[in-house]
Amino acid sequence: MVALPYLWLLLFFVAPFLIVLKISFSDIDLAIPPYKPLLEWVGKHSLAIKLNFDNYAFLFTDSLYLHAFANSIKVAFLSTLMCLIIGYPMAYGIARAKPAARNVLLLLVILPFWTSLLLRVYAWIGLLKGNGVINNVLMSLGIIHEPLTMLYTPLAMYVGIVYSYLPFLILPLYANLEKMDWQLLEAAQDLGCRPWQAFYKITLPLSRNGILAGSMLVFIPAVGEFVIPALLGGPNALMIGRVLWDEFFSNRAWPVASAVAILLLILLVPFMMWYQSVQARESAGAR
Amino acid sequence: MTTSAGGVVKAQPWNDPTTRPYVEIERISKSFGDFKAVNDVSLKVYKGEIFCLLGASGCGKTTLLRMLGGFETPTSGKILIDGEDMTGVPPYERPVNMMFQSYALFPHMNVEQNVAFGLKQDRLPRLQIQERVATMLDLVKMSDYAKRKPHQLSGGQRQRVALARSLVKRPKLLLLDEPLGALDKKLREHTQFELISLQDKLGVTFIVVTHDQEEAMTLASRIGVMNHGEIVQAGTPSEIYEFPNSKFVADFVGSVNMFEGKLIEDEPDYVRIASAELGGTIYVSHGISAPPEAVVWAAVRPEKMFMSTTAPEGGADNVVRGAVQDIAYLGDLSIYLVKLPTGKVVRVTQPNTSRHAEAISWDQQVYLSWDATSPVVVTR
Amino acid sequence: MNYRSSFFVVTCIAFGFAFLYIPILSMVVFSFNASKLVTVWDSANSPTLKWYYALLNNEEILDAAWISLKVAVINASGSVILGTLAGFGLARFSRFRGRFTLNAMATAPLVMPEVITGLSLLLLFVALEQLIGWPAGRGITTMTIGHMTFSMAYVTVIVNSRLASFDTALEEAAMDLGARPFKVFFVITLPIIFPAILSGWLLAFTLSWDDLVISSFTSGPGSSTLPMVVFSKVRLGVSPEINVLATITLAAVSAMIVAVSLWMARRAKLDKTAA
Repeated sequence: MVALPYLWLLLFFVAPFLIVLKISFSDIDLAIPPYKPLLEWVGKHSLAIKLNFDNYAFLFTDSLYLHAFANSIKVAFLSTLMCLIIGYPMAYGIARAKPAARNVLLLLVILPFWTSLLLRVYAWIGLLKGNGVINNVLMSLGIIHEPLTMLYTPLAMYVGIVYSYLPFLILPLYANLEKMDWQLLEAAQDLGCRPWQAFYKITLPLSRNGILAGSMLVFIPAVGEFVIPALLGGPNALMIGRVLWDEFFSNRAWPVASAVAILLLILLVPFMMWYQSVQARESAGAR
Repeated sequence: MTTSAGGVVKAQPWNDPTTRPYVEIERISKSFGDFKAVNDVSLKVYKGEIFCLLGASGCGKTTLLRMLGGFETPTSGKILIDGEDMTGVPPYERPVNMMFQSYALFPHMNVEQNVAFGLKQDRLPRLQIQERVATMLDLVKMSDYAKRKPHQLSGGQRQRVALARSLVKRPKLLLLDEPLGALDKKLREHTQFELISLQDKLGVTFIVVTHDQEEAMTLASRIGVMNHGEIVQAGTPSEIYEFPNSKFVADFVGSVNMFEGKLIEDEPDYVRIASAELGGTIYVSHGISAPPEAVVWAAVRPEKMFMSTTAPEGGADNVVRGAVQDIAYLGDLSIYLVKLPTGKVVRVTQPNTSRHAEAISWDQQVYLSWDATSPVVVTR
Repeated sequence: MNYRSSFFVVTCIAFGFAFLYIPILSMVVFSFNASKLVTVWDSANSPTLKWYYALLNNEEILDAAWISLKVAVINASGSVILGTLAGFGLARFSRFRGRFTLNAMATAPLVMPEVITGLSLLLLFVALEQLIGWPAGRGITTMTIGHMTFSMAYVTVIVNSRLASFDTALEEAAMDLGARPFKVFFVITLPIIFPAILSGWLLAFTLSWDDLVISSFTSGPGSSTLPMVVFSKVRLGVSPEINVLATITLAAVSAMIVAVSLWMARRAKLDKTAA
């Protein structure tokens, strides 16, 4: 019964990665497809495998790529942090609300989640640009006299990422908080804890799995994010996802793009495994 | 031979070696990895019995029941039902039905559809199904609720539907997993008698699993007390209660006062036990089989002790003094905890036969005594 | 339970929701703005529906929407079948060969950056084409396969988690009453977990409908989806037709969410008693 999805995933999920790996070792070629095959018959009976490590060497020596990787991690990390700061109180508040209010609030969080990311990021273009909403409002209120440059800056990119990924943090965190036994807080207060202490000593540790799950759901995809840097970040917003896209579509440098993808994958696999183990722990605890 | 539990109790087929058992469990064991849940259990259940497997949680009773139902495969041993070997047979091919602890009513079907489900699997003609479902619902008094869905029923009503669903196929054997556990006390008592009368009418053999000894004593024609995956003792309720074969059974069913002691006199028709715990001697008017100088335990039930403020007549055996430590007034009877000079606390129950009885109060000195026929001596 | 939340939490919630919704609402408001500059309110001619007419007559967008719809429906249906099988297998069988691999493969797409998945899928299709001649060029087929691969992950997680809280006694009772395992799955299990499967379908549909990156990698000439068209437009800046599209999308999604929630609420009463 599980054979069908298993085979599907093997063919369409795992095999592709092997191919990416293979192509990352290829030479670029002015052909369709734009890479040379790895195996070549040399003479009648010898098969030569040519593994070109140039692509990887190129990535490590050209500072552009190193910067892009480092910047992506930095941006993803800070965005995750900001999502946590904004999102935790929201998830907490929803989990503690009366059931009727809770359902409405949840719907209000889910609605952006189901609305296209592309459109929601587009909304920020309208807000942040030179004659956009924010500038217009601030100017008409007399707070500023010249429009602020907000679009095509790193700031815009942060705002975009936090905005888009916020529901991804709130929902698993809410799911975790909702299962909490609130009587534990009452017991803590009964034993002399002040509300903030009770939160710090009881709620926060118990919601650890939710925090980790939500953070991973933001951090990992954010590292490889492409759309938001492309639309909101300026040319200086170096994100690895964008680099990969440009290498592939603009430069037609498939082998280099593949190498970028492999390195990105290697970078993210530890985080993905961490996420899996958090999920496994959470479901084991629930049973 | 009658098939009702009452008739069975009178006929006592377990004492007749020529009667063929209806359900035979032969040396059944079940291990989960290293853990032995059921350990070499053998049992014979006769047609028309209500047999109760009684034990605390984790004793293996539910595992044994599930093996009878076909939901677990025994690691070793055989199960025979009506002479046929059913050991490897899956649940949907056994003439056995089960009533689940959570009732397991299908939430997306109404009462009628739930009860009809088993008959539909047998591909009975539609009219016949309708007829049998209607008769069954009538029997459990749920005819008016035929079109309701499970979430619209109360706990007791759901239980009756579950019962109807499991009986409508007229199984050879009905397995019940803690059938009365989810009901409150009054409903439980009422349902106990309803279960017995239903079984009487239909003549189905029941095997019930429960941890509630009151339930077992009320329902069962015979009880099998289980501990650590083994059946420690099997017998009628009175046999189990009055003649437990071990400390465990004596303590598990009802309350008991256990006095450890040594045999000082061992004769075919009486024994005398010296008990340091008691601070006296116990005279039992029947013989027991035990090695000389053996350590034994004399068990005396709380209701078999007499409590008085004056010293009773008679010898030095079977009497002891103490001080009342605690009293629990339960309405129909009172429980007294009496502390002996040796430090042991003895439990005595006395019915409150008169409304203004000479009130025995805390710290009062009392004499406890019992008849020589009352103690049960166990050697393990 | 004490439902009163501290002032701090309430304020955070208020600001949080304001943050979430002000951009969305601004898009809706400006879809009625006559000015082509979108964010500069033309009070003389606004509010107006002229951009709504423009959008509904825009061939490019309508064609793309149709393609997106086809892909999304096929994707959702396929993902639901694959995801339910995988979710069921993972939930019910605690030990089988390849379980760890299946679990890892089935849930990895949830967190993986789309550029990686998109790139790898495209390279696969190219290699396959070289090897066996299929798929001949990229288009709707390859896009659908790509979408299904990652949507399946979401359905698997949903079904798996629903089955974790499913009372297996219901299936045992059905077997006890004579139904064979296959029948039990279709007559008992499936109807009861149906809301989870429905959410899986809707989620897979939405993910496919909104997807940009994987579609871009796996599409071919003539198979541009709606997000791809939108992206090429918004790269150049704001466009009033996109505001209109956003408003329509929002309305549709809200209607769907409200409808589904109401239906689920009514069914929740059923689920409260068992399963």
